[in-house]
Amino acid sequence: MNTPKPATELDVAFTVNGERVERRVPVRQNLADFLRDTLGLTGTHVGCEHGVCGACTLRCNGVIVRACLMLAVQADGADIVTIEGAATGNYDGAIVADLQREFHQRNALQCGFCTPAMLLTAAELVAARPQASREEIRAHLSGNYCRCTGYQSIVDAVESVCRSRSGT
Amino acid sequence: MSAPDRSGNTTIGAALPRTNALRLLSGRGQYVDDLNPPRCLHAAVLRSPYAHARIASLDVAAAAIAPGVVRVLTGRDVAAMCDPYVGVLKHVPGMQSAAQLPLAVDRACWQGEPVALVAATTRAEAEDALALIEIEWEELPVVTDAETALHPDTPVIHPELGGNLCFERVVTEGDVAAAFAQAAHVVEAEFITSRHTAATLEPRTILADFNAADGQLTVWHSTQVPYMMQWIIARHFRLAETQVRVIAPDVGGGFGMKIHIYGDEMAAVAASLLLGRPVKFVADRLESFVGDFHARGHRVRARMALSKDGDILGVEADDLYGIGPYSGYPRGSANEGLQVSNLVCAAYRRGAYRAVSRAVFQNKAMYGQYRAVGHPVACLVSEGLMDLAAAKLGIDPAEFRRRHYLSPESYPLKLAGGPVLEKLSQHEALETLLQMMDYAGLRTEQKKLRTQGIHRGIGLASFVENSNPSAATYGQGGVSIASQDSCTLKLTATGGVVAASSITECGQGGYAVIQQVVAAVCGVPFAQVKVVIGDTETTPVGGGVWGSRGTGICGEAALQAGKALKANILAFVARLQESEASLYDIRDGQVIRAQSGEEVMTLEAVARTAYFRTDQVPKDFQPELTVTRSYAQKTYNGAYTNGIQASYVEVDTETGFIKLLGHWVVDDCGTVINPLLVDEQIRGACVQGIGAALFEQCVYSPEGQLMNGSLMDYLVPMAGEMPDIEVGHTCTPTATSELGAKGAGEAGTAGASAAVLNATNDALGPFGGVVSEIPVTPERILRALGRLS
Amino acid sequence: MKAPAFSYLRPENISQAIDFIDIYGDEARWLAGGQSLLAALNMRLAAPSVLIDINGLSELAGISVNAGKLIIGALTRHREIEHSPLVAQHASLLALAMPHVAHAAVRNRGTFGGSIAFADPAAELPACCIALDAEFVIVGRGGERRVRARHFFTGLYETALQTGEILVAAEIPCARDKGRAAFRELARRHGDYAIAGLAVQAAVEGDVLRDVNIAFFGVDSKPVLAEHAASVLEQGAATPARIEQAQHQLAQDLAPQDDVHYSGAMRMQLARVLLARAIGDLVNLETKSAAR
Repeated sequence: MNTPKPATELDVAFTVNGERVERRVPVRQNLADFLRDTLGLTGTHVGCEHGVCGACTLRCNGVIVRACLMLAVQADGADIVTIEGAATGNYDGAIVADLQREFHQRNALQCGFCTPAMLLTAAELVAARPQASREEIRAHLSGNYCRCTGYQSIVDAVESVCRSRSGT
Repeated sequence: MSAPDRSGNTTIGAALPRTNALRLLSGRGQYVDDLNPPRCLHAAVLRSPYAHARIASLDVAAAAIAPGVVRVLTGRDVAAMCDPYVGVLKHVPGMQSAAQLPLAVDRACWQGEPVALVAATTRAEAEDALALIEIEWEELPVVTDAETALHPDTPVIHPELGGNLCFERVVTEGDVAAAFAQAAHVVEAEFITSRHTAATLEPRTILADFNAADGQLTVWHSTQVPYMMQWIIARHFRLAETQVRVIAPDVGGGFGMKIHIYGDEMAAVAASLLLGRPVKFVADRLESFVGDFHARGHRVRARMALSKDGDILGVEADDLYGIGPYSGYPRGSANEGLQVSNLVCAAYRRGAYRAVSRAVFQNKAMYGQYRAVGHPVACLVSEGLMDLAAAKLGIDPAEFRRRHYLSPESYPLKLAGGPVLEKLSQHEALETLLQMMDYAGLRTEQKKLRTQGIHRGIGLASFVENSNPSAATYGQGGVSIASQDSCTLKLTATGGVVAASSITECGQGGYAVIQQVVAAVCGVPFAQVKVVIGDTETTPVGGGVWGSRGTGICGEAALQAGKALKANILAFVARLQESEASLYDIRDGQVIRAQSGEEVMTLEAVARTAYFRTDQVPKDFQPELTVTRSYAQKTYNGAYTNGIQASYVEVDTETGFIKLLGHWVVDDCGTVINPLLVDEQIRGACVQGIGAALFEQCVYSPEGQLMNGSLMDYLVPMAGEMPDIEVGHTCTPTATSELGAKGAGEAGTAGASAAVLNATNDALGPFGGVVSEIPVTPERILRALGRLS
Repeated sequence: MKAPAFSYLRPENISQAIDFIDIYGDEARWLAGGQSLLAALNMRLAAPSVLIDINGLSELAGISVNAGKLIIGALTRHREIEHSPLVAQHASLLALAMPHVAHAAVRNRGTFGGSIAFADPAAELPACCIALDAEFVIVGRGGERRVRARHFFTGLYETALQTGEILVAAEIPCARDKGRAAFRELARRHGDYAIAGLAVQAAVEGDVLRDVNIAFFGVDSKPVLAEHAASVLEQGAATPARIEQAQHQLAQDLAPQDDVHYSGAMRMQLARVLLARAIGDLVNLETKSAAR
């Protein structure tokens, strides 16, 4: 039986915002900490580290995930998009840019700590279901904690981008 | 005073998007944890697992040699370099507390009290080493229930204080006994508010970097109050204030929780002082729940005496609350009780009045100021009593309030307890609200749906709110917290203005307020005003943001600075033109003739002349294009303001679940600088109040263990359950300043809980059940309905 | 709040995965979607010495139909189940339940098998599998075995899985013509674990129910099959009176205990209400008046 020795560090290679990244990573480090501490991509925020607050949400292989609930070594071979690259990225950069503009115009952020993840979460909905109702928007955003706004301006901003993209 | 001179500019009152939001939207904000200077160490903190226990032995030898560990600090290590602190306000008679140190030395008094700090090369290694600290605990009897904290057979937490009482305050006016003796009706209830916590999304974070070579300590801190922190750190670590620089970069929410002294943060500073290198401490989410200051947690027994005709003859309230084992430092843990005893039924002609507030020590987490300090409790009690009284008398709750508001002629009105109400707009606020929500229409709908078994309720809550506090809040109590603020303006060489303000920013819009006020007053284009905030080295002295003071006080300082800079510019131009300053004005970055609008010279030309072509400046004239102005509100204890909220809910009487259908607010914050900022801040504050009403509660075991200290179990309000919130305004500028702005940031929290509770009870009306405890959980509703045995 | 040290293995196929678990036994944990395990590690509530990451085992992922059975691989993400036409057609109960499982970002990564093997008593999918009478396919050194969902969940976070075994799939009998599903839960907030909830699968003709499976979750240390209530409902038309009788029978099926969040009485009340409403969903009855 050919058994590899269990690793405490591993070499990984993946793309982040279109750039190739190759690093040796401690296996216990989660993806959020790796992006922040090793790559200096501090737009991904850490709010709870148990998957509830949503502040570390980013896009992995085209879908949003919690970066605190994924090991950095699990990103091996993946295509990661963080807020720093989301507005210019291949997937739906224009959606993120639209959302950023609407968030700004409507003051849909205060302290800004939830904002990058809120934008990426909203972008997934806008891309998949631009016809979403206000209630569906609220449901989709319900895994992202914002302590500052009343959520309303965020919902307004997302709704506005949805409407402009669904042509309704 | 006259309205501010805006020179035809419109940035005051304009819904302008915030300049400093752009980098936050791009992921380019800079919060303290985003900083990683070279050789930075990461701290993890060992905390007491017990609510009250003696440290029998402590051995850090194994931890000290663990991989990556550079230093382990114990309570004794920190005690040797940090003077202890006591959180009392000297102007609160009888207030007492015990001396406290950053890390427990012999004894821990709450579950989560910091005991030791490990500094290591990574946070993970620091946490690994915590497990190697050998500590032997001897459990001590705990005091958790505030209700029995003062009983003679309850253990005393600090024997040197002679008891568990922090302070007691009694506010009286008129003959309350007589009022109740002659009452035709008395309504009463016991109102209970849960303990809750601010749960900022960015946890508390500090990065201290002591450079032993020059003796300079730089502290990047997620704080609302850089100057307070500078004073505290210098004072307690025996440094000169000139050795300490505190920088508050982007701050991920504060809500009053980031204005207190925390032992873990002080210990991180101590570690940097000892090691001469950067040390970072980030409170993780679990330690935030037991480490952050909590708030509320009141039990108020209250009653109201009414005449046969429905006049309020008197109000009585007895408030008891537990504040943890020490009064918080440096602000004390008194303010919630002070505001409760000031403000019960303060919106109304309340007749004879007696309120008692008592704060007691207990072995739970530290406790102190959190958004709307005391106001939500006073409002819950006041508005609960008003609804009980209206129901008893068979009068519509809106009409009952209308009848009892303070009359418009009565202002300024001094309340028993001290606050002076400058001028409120309650009648106007009520009528505006009723129209916004279509009160009559909702009442009709409610009645119709009841016949179909659908139970909806409408709740109203008027509130009176302190803002722009004077030195009466802290300075008079011997606490070194600035009640004045300042703004320094300089004209740049290209005709822009840089404003350094003592306002700070946790997202409320402090930057935008200064930018808009300065642009309006100086006549400079909005985009050419840059604001510098959050750094004791680059901004003038001031109190920062708390207590709904940022816009009202810092904004006024900016206004006065803007006027002064403009006056200096015009004096200079007049001298250059050999004319009178009064003939000129500034608009869109141009000095113009006030009468004709004819352009005289650009601000860039003014600056170039003053800075580079001093040969063209008359020998006997020195243009002053850098000015500083300061402001403190000294007329009243605070610029009290008011507003009203309404909630519309549906109660599922089988499950006890509440659905929020609508929420309305009318707030009076005087002059509005930017409606975008005000309205969403009010909504966010409402959501915090709704959270308190429906979800938030620190659940403690009798042993003093927090049972729900994670974001899984402590329920914060999320988008899915929140209603749309419509915001309206009445506008009564305060005459204490030229700007006329009053607080807006706490108004939503002050009234939302009461509106939701009243709406719930309105829905339960046909069943006869009343709930007077928040959060109004499904279980409490089912119990009120008698559906659970 | 950083995960404690562990080492990490990434098997290339199921056989190698079994080899690994044979070596490390109880010291190892399977890492599937990680949506519960990694949170527990970050909070240092678990400290396995080895994580065996099965995310690369593509043979464990996917949804198919074979011989009247819907087969869901253990590594299938929640998101895929939520949007699967096969699931909607053959096990609509799962499609009804899926939007209630946490939030979109968690469903994108979380796996079906992970949720089943973790066996949270308040989780939706274990109860759905019981109501659907699913069988779980389990592989170990000794080969393959099958365990009916109703026998799989043995206690609080405990299942019939033995050390050295891996859950590879669930096999769900495809719903027949009359097969209908109802799903309801009561959670304080969208995406939270429910205070109480139930999954119902039955054959429905008019207001007559047959082959009724009712599985509750959130009311005990494991999901509970409410057999007494189900047998009442199988005795005739689902009239308000019969539904009320079934509600009474829940006292035989459920015994929720008090915990830090809610009393047992509260959960029992909610269970009764949910039962009536779910049966109402099945037969489109207005049942509010029947509920207590």
